[in-house]
Amino acid sequence: MFITDLLEESYSAIFANKTRTALTVLGIVIGISSVIVMVSLGQGATSSIETNIESMGSNLITIMPGFQRTFSQVTSGRGSAQTLTIEDAQAILTEIPFVKNVAPELSRRYQIISKGKNTNTQVIGTVASYQDIKNVVIDEGSFISDQNVLNQAKVAVLGPTTRDDLFGEGANAIGETIRINGINFKVIGITKPKGGSSFGSQDDIVYVPITTAQKILAGVNYVSTISVQIQNSKLMNQAKLEITNLLLQRHNITDPQLADFNIVSQQDIIESASSIINTMTILLAAIASISLIVGGIGIMNMMMTTVTERTREIGLRRAIGAKKSDIGLQFLTESVMLTFLGGVIGIILGILISYGITFFTNTATKTSLFSIILAFSVSFLIGVIFGYWPAQKAAKLNPIEALRYE
Amino acid sequence: MIEVKNITKVYKTGDFENKVLKGISFSINEGEFVAIIGPSGSGKSTLMHILGCLDTPTTGQYFFEGKDVSRFSDDELAEIRKRKIGFVFQAFNLLPRTTVLRNVMLPLIYANVSRSKREKIAKKAIIDAGLKEKHFYRLSNQLSGGEMQRVAIARSLVNNPSIILADEPTGNLDSKTGEFVMQTFEKLNKEGRTIVLITHEKYIAENAKRKITIRDGEIIEDITNGISKSVQQIKE
Ligand SMILES: Nc1ncnc2c1ncn2[C@@H]1O[C@H](COP(=O)(O)OP(=O)(O)OP(=O)(O)O)[C@@H](O)[C@H]1O
Ligand SMILES: [Mg+2]
Repeated sequence: MFITDLLEESYSAIFANKTRTALTVLGIVIGISSVIVMVSLGQGATSSIETNIESMGSNLITIMPGFQRTFSQVTSGRGSAQTLTIEDAQAILTEIPFVKNVAPELSRRYQIISKGKNTNTQVIGTVASYQDIKNVVIDEGSFISDQNVLNQAKVAVLGPTTRDDLFGEGANAIGETIRINGINFKVIGITKPKGGSSFGSQDDIVYVPITTAQKILAGVNYVSTISVQIQNSKLMNQAKLEITNLLLQRHNITDPQLADFNIVSQQDIIESASSIINTMTILLAAIASISLIVGGIGIMNMMMTTVTERTREIGLRRAIGAKKSDIGLQFLTESVMLTFLGGVIGIILGILISYGITFFTNTATKTSLFSIILAFSVSFLIGVIFGYWPAQKAAKLNPIEALRYE
Repeated sequence: MIEVKNITKVYKTGDFENKVLKGISFSINEGEFVAIIGPSGSGKSTLMHILGCLDTPTTGQYFFEGKDVSRFSDDELAEIRKRKIGFVFQAFNLLPRTTVLRNVMLPLIYANVSRSKREKIAKKAIIDAGLKEKHFYRLSNQLSGGEMQRVAIARSLVNNPSIILADEPTGNLDSKTGEFVMQTFEKLNKEGRTIVLITHEKYIAENAKRKITIRDGEIIEDITNGISKSVQQIKE
């Protein structure tokens, strides 16, 4: 039996009863399309987080305050240590060879007023190198300069959203004055939009010199974060180690367990975010696969009915020379054809639904070749698994009894 | 061409043994037209299933073109059915909602005959079976009983079988169309085909040159052109 004949025989058998075929295939269509949608939602979330994190700068290590431990080993709260300083940042830059740049920052939320309008926004006190490290692009004016930092200048760089909130959309704000926490600042620059972020918009933000933020706004001496840019991504792990040692030494801590800071590289963030999303994707896809199993049982049910209905035909085929294996193969091909058909329609439907989700709700989705190949193989496999038993039943029929079957 | 030697067939249902064939021996030569007659339940169909390699005898030997096929495997028997045997059944057994041509081509699919040849062979067989060109693309369920049976005959011809086995081919037909179908068999026999016909109606058997009568699983009469072999001769 040629493979083309096998396919043709199966094809014409399947389309002999279109309604039943359509209803049975529907189960597979629903299963496959929901798997496609779930996976593309998951992968969309992963990739949007990745681009978000990457847009914050490359080869980045972030040092944040850790738990400050007292002698009784009781933590005094998460990230509450107030021991990171501008000097720490300076030491990292000068003492560790492959550190390209550092940017300490102190961020707090303040009420900001301008000409009667006001907004509550993140104010980041930082230094000039922040611009380079975090890929901040200036639209108009300029970013904080080293001079500003030295002088504790009362100047501010606004994110586009903050500018829109305070001065109206697209208005010229350079040279205007804003009041942060009751203190006048002069606007010297506006940043370019970076787009939304799951971690709070980087467009609704105000940058001021770190010295100003420490002395004038907050009245403190510590910093809330130090961003470190490494020359080469291969040196990330070594950099983490050396920074840890340096800071432990500077903070007079002998036991690394008691470190009053946390070092997180960008990769760490990406990895942990992706792993959370992956787990969720797998969970959702697993739930979706339950409908696939239900669909598979539908296929098996239909194939069982078909085998019984076509008992005489099976007898005839055996009489004219079909082997057991020919019969088994034909029914297996029929069920695989059914699930494959369901798979193709399901994939198309799944992709369309994913597009629809992105279009109507702005949620990122990403249909990958992987999920399509996966869906194809799964539908193929379901056809084999759920078609095997009916095919066996057909192959094992006694030809004489089958020919006489009423 | 075919020869059976002391064939028996026993069906076991639980403890009960049903001896359907009790030692049957005969041979059929090429070009013969044999009618096997006997009352209902005498074992005619059982015999035909064995002759058609659909089943194997419990004991005894069956030589098909010189080869003993009585112990052949399922796949080997399928191979013989595919190449050497044509079946015609009482119930026609056509694929429903399928064209006449496709029905007739069906055996060629399993025989791996190329697509281009199939249609030619099938069309010729349909004409040989006494149908017309206009029937080629008719659906099988839109035919009359007589036409259906001739489609089945055409289907039994396409693999150019050594022997055609027909189990009560006129059983589902009225006597007039039955006569028509019988004429088709006679014509095919004149063209050199070997035909074994099973029937329990005496007048149908009149068409055949040789008549084998079975009763209770045994041959009681074997008449060729009016000359009877004695029961003794048969037993040998
Ligand atoms: N698979 C089977 N299992 C058990 N007994 C069977 C089986 N097939 C046939 N028989 C028995 O064998 C006997 C002969 O059956 P068979 O079909 O050969 O008769 P037949 O001569 O063809 O009769 P008819 O003219 O009615 O078709 C019957 O008594 C039947 O009950
Ligand atoms: Mg019978």
